[in-house]
Amino acid sequence: MTDPLLAIDDLHVHFHTEEGTVEALDGVDLEVYGDEVVGVIGESGCGKTVTMLSVMGLLQSPPAEVVGGSIRYDGRDLLTCSESELNEIRGEEISMIYQDPMTSLNPVLTVGRQVSEVLLAHRDISKRDARERSVEMLDACGLADPERLMDEYPHSLSGGMRQRVMIAMALVTEPNLLIADEPTTALDVTIQAQVMEVLRELRSDHEVSIVFITHDLPLVSEIADRIAVMYAGTVAETCSVERLFDRPLHPYTRKLTESIPKLDQPATRLPSIDGTVPSLVDPPDGCRFASRCPQFIGEECRSVTPALTDVSGTGRHEVACHLYTDVSEASPPWPVDDEDRTAQQPTAETDDGGRR
Amino acid sequence: MSDLQEGRSGRPNRSDESTTQSPDEETQLPSRRRKVAGRLIRNRLALLGSGIVLALVLTALFAPYIAPYDPVEQDYAALEQPPSLEHPFGTDTLGRDVFSRVVFGAKYAVFLGLVIVGFEMLLGVTLGLVAGYYGGMVESVIMRVVDVALSIPGVVLALAIAGMLGGGLIPLVIAISLVGWRGFTRLVRGDVKGVMEEEYIDAAKGAGVSDARLIVQHILPNVASSIIVYATLTIPTVILWAAGLSFLGMGVSPPTPEWGALIANGRGEIDDAWWISTFPGLAIMVTVIGFNVLGDGLRDALDPRQSEL
Repeated sequence: MTDPLLAIDDLHVHFHTEEGTVEALDGVDLEVYGDEVVGVIGESGCGKTVTMLSVMGLLQSPPAEVVGGSIRYDGRDLLTCSESELNEIRGEEISMIYQDPMTSLNPVLTVGRQVSEVLLAHRDISKRDARERSVEMLDACGLADPERLMDEYPHSLSGGMRQRVMIAMALVTEPNLLIADEPTTALDVTIQAQVMEVLRELRSDHEVSIVFITHDLPLVSEIADRIAVMYAGTVAETCSVERLFDRPLHPYTRKLTESIPKLDQPATRLPSIDGTVPSLVDPPDGCRFASRCPQFIGEECRSVTPALTDVSGTGRHEVACHLYTDVSEASPPWPVDDEDRTAQQPTAETDDGGRR
Repeated sequence: MSDLQEGRSGRPNRSDESTTQSPDEETQLPSRRRKVAGRLIRNRLALLGSGIVLALVLTALFAPYIAPYDPVEQDYAALEQPPSLEHPFGTDTLGRDVFSRVVFGAKYAVFLGLVIVGFEMLLGVTLGLVAGYYGGMVESVIMRVVDVALSIPGVVLALAIAGMLGGGLIPLVIAISLVGWRGFTRLVRGDVKGVMEEEYIDAAKGAGVSDARLIVQHILPNVASSIIVYATLTIPTVILWAAGLSFLGMGVSPPTPEWGALIANGRGEIDDAWWISTFPGLAIMVTVIGFNVLGDGLRDALDPRQSEL
């Protein structure tokens, strides 16, 4: 396997607040390969955005502090880069689309200036060429009449248009990696579909890896190749989209997939997960899901933090749960792979069947 | 953590509010500049202010053509003449035409007002941008200097500096500039801190825009309107100060027809020849009112939400 484009390894980020130190990220591992779309899902506050802001070097410090780990992009450690080195990478090689297009565009600068600004900041390029490139990019993002739009101020644009402008800004330098932080959360469903379409088209036209942050599992499954499920500052499971729906292995992921409403089933009360996310100020030892876990094994869950381990043998399905580690003797109550374990546990077939 | 996220999305933001403005107004007047101009014209007081300021500037520019006499020419045949058709504002103790002197005084008022405010802005805005953007130690040092400077009464400080440098036009400019920058720094630093909280600044940083570019291209335009308003409101203060220092003898030297000096010149004769001091005084008053009204109007025009409060 080739080297990953972006490799986040055992990243620990703390926030020093008045209530104490918030251990926002507790050993996040995530890899993004070339030309791959990775969906990062998880509930609010689980560290999706913090992880990506760490990659961009945009964490406000203080209060944030990167306590440990590394972020390697294309062989360079981003955490040790100077601000000016980062500026060469940001925007040029790694771009980010932000959550709220309403607040992510500068209200006093024209659309044209903001899009071409990225080019002007990175390339030795004339204003006219930058403008030309920007118009092309706006056009590629499905914006009508881009020439006229260049001289508009953001306030005269709708939310969907603004998000497209944001995408144009992010992609105008043709970066290798695009981080999309809930790019459709602030948009209504039809606009959301359009924006997803733009992203899909751009992806097929340009060779770009995308990290797509969301808490909308069905949405991300439309575009992602691989999913990383985050829970309370850790990565619980990473696997392909297909496996996530067919064969989720982490108890949290299983609960998560169960709580997706399905069209072919009667509309009953959706299953939810009992309990709440542990406070990240002085979080419990061991697995952070232990207190809510239906498959809770015993002491090891409370005392030993489960490492993200490969269970498929191909490195493409990793789970952080003691059901799959050597720390515990327990074996999962559901099949891990078609070949080896289904034979041992034929009863689990029904448990799995309903989800396909 | 959740606090942080709420902070990100929950903060009030300007762009959001601007979208709630009436959409027709937006489409009818495509350019922001035209919109501001339109609002300014609809405000009668502001229009009056602009009129006064325009008149002042024209007077300053065309003083030699407007003034009927040489402002320093002495006429011993017409000493302390009361206002008449020949000398609309009368003549002073040396027989100089007060009207001509007031007209030429406009040159000094405009020059001093613009140059001093220019210097104050250069120093104050730069320091404010740096303090607000970098924060931390840099900010602490700059703001403590501002605090110390603010703790000294402005007039005393200006007098001391002007006195140290000796009287004259340049020392006057330096003295007032060195006093006035503090306000700009405070204002700009506060505004910059507000803008820095906005997501689009993070977005620009995330696009790899360097510090210098970010400050000048992205932050400065966001704080420009309050700088413009503050500058407009500072010009009359500066003109008053310049007149005050000249009145006290720390400004321009005697034959120069500076308004403050003109008042000082006539203060001994106020009982016998009221016109010598009164007309320059009126000129100062009208100018100050004009700039103040214009400044208020500009503030309303640039930020309509503030005036609704």
